[in-house]
Amino acid sequence: MTLDSQATVSAEIAAIAADAEAAGFETVPQPQLAYPPYRSSVLRSPTRDPKHADPETIELWAPAFGHRDVDPLEADLTIGHAGEPIGERITITGRVTDGEGRPVRHQLVEIWQANAGGRYVHKRDQHPAPLDPNFTGAGRCLTDGDGNYRFQTIKPGPYPWRNHHNAWRPAHVHFSLFGHAFTQRLVTQMYFPGDPLFALDPIYQSITDPKAREALVATYDHDVTTHEWATGYRWDIVLTGASRTWIESVDAAGEDH
Amino acid sequence: MTTTPLTPTPGQTVGPFFHYGLPYDGDRDLVLPGSAGSIRLSGTVYDGAGAPIPDALVEIWQAAPDGTVPQEHGSLRRDGWTFTGFGRASTGRDGSYSFSTLEPGATEEGRPAFFAVTVFARGLLNRLFTRAYLPGPAIESDPFLSLLSDAERATLLATPTEHGFEFDVHLQGDSETVFLHHG
Repeated sequence: MTLDSQATVSAEIAAIAADAEAAGFETVPQPQLAYPPYRSSVLRSPTRDPKHADPETIELWAPAFGHRDVDPLEADLTIGHAGEPIGERITITGRVTDGEGRPVRHQLVEIWQANAGGRYVHKRDQHPAPLDPNFTGAGRCLTDGDGNYRFQTIKPGPYPWRNHHNAWRPAHVHFSLFGHAFTQRLVTQMYFPGDPLFALDPIYQSITDPKAREALVATYDHDVTTHEWATGYRWDIVLTGASRTWIESVDAAGEDH
Repeated sequence: MTTTPLTPTPGQTVGPFFHYGLPYDGDRDLVLPGSAGSIRLSGTVYDGAGAPIPDALVEIWQAAPDGTVPQEHGSLRRDGWTFTGFGRASTGRDGSYSFSTLEPGATEEGRPAFFAVTVFARGLLNRLFTRAYLPGPAIESDPFLSLLSDAERATLLATPTEHGFEFDVHLQGDSETVFLHHG
């Protein structure tokens, strides 16, 4: 099979972007599920609009995770191996809130990523970049009492994929999040500022509203950077979706410390 | 005082390489398979060509059999005794997934019981929500289900099997599953 060129895919991206801009963008900014420049979406996106269903009680609650589930050491992806991983050591931190700005407390955050060479520890990743014996690239943490999470890792590299000829993904970290309610469940990707591959990447561009997709880009934050140790990035996350009536005492009562 | 709601963080695909990040030991066994009261919830995730999807991830979140909402910790480190109500299963090479769990109770008086289901996959740019309803008399009178056509409703009904229920997910096609938004 002959793969399309980047120019072909970029032209498709530009055409969809122009249509979206003319339509004034979506009111709720999310990726366009059927997004042909991302070839795999063609057969894997629903063709009908989702049906509105008032959430029932179970959907207004989220699974509860605690310190039995997550070891604090799991937030540091640079440890647990015989040596130090290769790459630029970074800290990623931020706050998880709901749409009203209320913290998502004591809730699970999971991440996974490629190594500094752009290689995943996955049998289906055939990119001939080296595996790093000192880096697996998966981590977890619980948010604190104010919704903050923090990971220590190394900066992932960009990597090639087979969507089209000479296709490269911008460097990113995958994030999985739970909110106050199951309706807020989110899996997404965090990107790094100034990546030259943004304009070329159909996954990032599937969010047609530029302001909305920029919300996936972390900010370099010198206050997060630590002296002679790691550079720091801040990325806040907003989980919206129907939720039960906010009861401060109940939500603050989760197991902690 | 009203505040302007914050803009939600957009979703992105789970991608092809989630297998070392999201699955964990015991993820699909909310209870030990074959233990007292255990049932199997299984199915296959299909694409628009009718091909099974080997790189999808299905999550369930459910009430206990008595209809209470579990808030116990321990989904990631199961102790074999605590029912947490949450499970996660990646699909196999044949697109199939399987959970060992308990039959959920309804969380609303008079409404049918269901598993809340989320679906993720490479090629799927954002997660999808749906419900796998258990058969029973409350299905007929449910106000949400009665808004759907027969064909649509059929996509949300789990089918009884020898050990529990079967619930296939079709991302596209003639039997495209009804997906939900709760906004």
